Amino acid sequence: MASSKTITVEVDDVSYTDDVEPRLLLVQYLRERLGKTGTLIGCDTTNCGACTVHLDGVSVKSCTMFAVQADGHQVTTIEGMATDGKLAPLQEAFHQCHALQCGFCTPGMIMQSASLLKENPHPSEAEIRDGLEGNLCRCTGYQNIVAAVKSVADGVEYGDSGVSASLEDAQNAGVS
Amino acid sequence: MIPSPFDYAAPTTVAQALDLLADAGDDVKVLAGGQSLIPVMKLRMADPTMVVDLGRISELTGVTDDGDSLLIGAMTPHHVIAKDLLIATYAPLLAQAAATVADPQVRHRGTLGGALVHADPAGDMPAPVLALDATLVVAGPHGERSIAAADFFQGYFTTAVQEGEILTHIRIPKYVGWGSHYEKFTRVAQQWSIVAVAAMVRVEGGAIAAARIGLTNMASTPLRARGVEAALAGCALEADAIATACAQAADGTEPASDLNGDAAYRRHLSQVLTKRAVLSAAGL
Repeated sequence: MASSKTITVEVDDVSYTDDVEPRLLLVQYLRERLGKTGTLIGCDTTNCGACTVHLDGVSVKSCTMFAVQADGHQVTTIEGMATDGKLAPLQEAFHQCHALQCGFCTPGMIMQSASLLKENPHPSEAEIRDGLEGNLCRCTGYQNIVAAVKSVADGVEYGDSGVSASLEDAQNAGVS
Repeated sequence: MIPSPFDYAAPTTVAQALDLLADAGDDVKVLAGGQSLIPVMKLRMADPTMVVDLGRISELTGVTDDGDSLLIGAMTPHHVIAKDLLIATYAPLLAQAAATVADPQVRHRGTLGGALVHADPAGDMPAPVLALDATLVVAGPHGERSIAAADFFQGYFTTAVQEGEILTHIRIPKYVGWGSHYEKFTRVAQQWSIVAVAAMVRVEGGAIAAARIGLTNMASTPLRARGVEAALAGCALEADAIATACAQAADGTEPASDLNGDAAYRRHLSQVLTKRAVLSAAGL
């Protein structure tokens, strides 16, 4: 049996110290050890981008990295994007632009879009499409995703839709 | 998908890494950016008992001006190569190719050295490194040795790097007055090159004075299109003449046939893409 390693990782501004098997993938660590299931496993083969998180501020595919490699580093997941109960501008834009249908690709799309806008705050439509090359969406045809990212780059301000509806609101909306 | 269990070490110096490799025997894998090795381990096509991660060796990252050449650390990621000012100034071909590797997330993790030692015939970095006449610096138990790019790539996924050795740096001569372009053909986003062409051209007095052409995925290793290079030397800066010179791009190649295209299709592609790459490199 391969020996485990102790790692300390800062995830969404909280420091965690854990013993992990070297073969544990970062995405498994986030989901199964930390309960951060907002980061999804799609293809599990480095293609789809659903597992995209930020490592020290740049996007990576967390299915293609071992948790031990993140030792001493900072990870941001989709669950760290909202602040004080307020959605991040990209989250709000995806919501308002209807940039999703099933939503499975959305966490990865938003994390990659955030990384793209950090590197290139005013991308053209072509640069947005290139920047999202590593993220697959099988529902939308990408139009509204590109529109959402463009709107944030263009500084469009959306009203606050609230990060979490109350149980009552959710039930009224037919969600339980 | 979960890899087989393995022991893991993350040395902070090249010397430590070499000691670890020497002690680990032959069932060890060196981990660079992991964008090829980790998928292969997840598929259990590789199941090393020991992984030595170079990710914490700071001396292996970065680009430095070293007189007549640039010295690039093997662990420098593609996204840095694509944007580095020294590379943009003296070896833009390398940046142009790095910007086409896979997708942004993979370029954030994947490294130049990892891509070269992995030596996938469809990988984008070997052909430019060959066209640029780079020298690969390898450290091993008996010290350091330098290998010309022409001798480095030996076959499918096979390089001159021996067991117990690590590629530490890539040395690239400075090129001044050359135009360059990497022309890559794929069917879908983030795909491996079906064929790609790395072209450098030096124009003098309205004609091409010299050309360097590297081919991606036209054999088990990257190739120089020497016939095209010879035909382009002295060639007028004129599209038809350049097209004629580029028509021999497939000479001496041995492309594979696969689901993306058969060998004949790849030969055709190599001619078309070489012409496009040279025209673009020449500013036409």
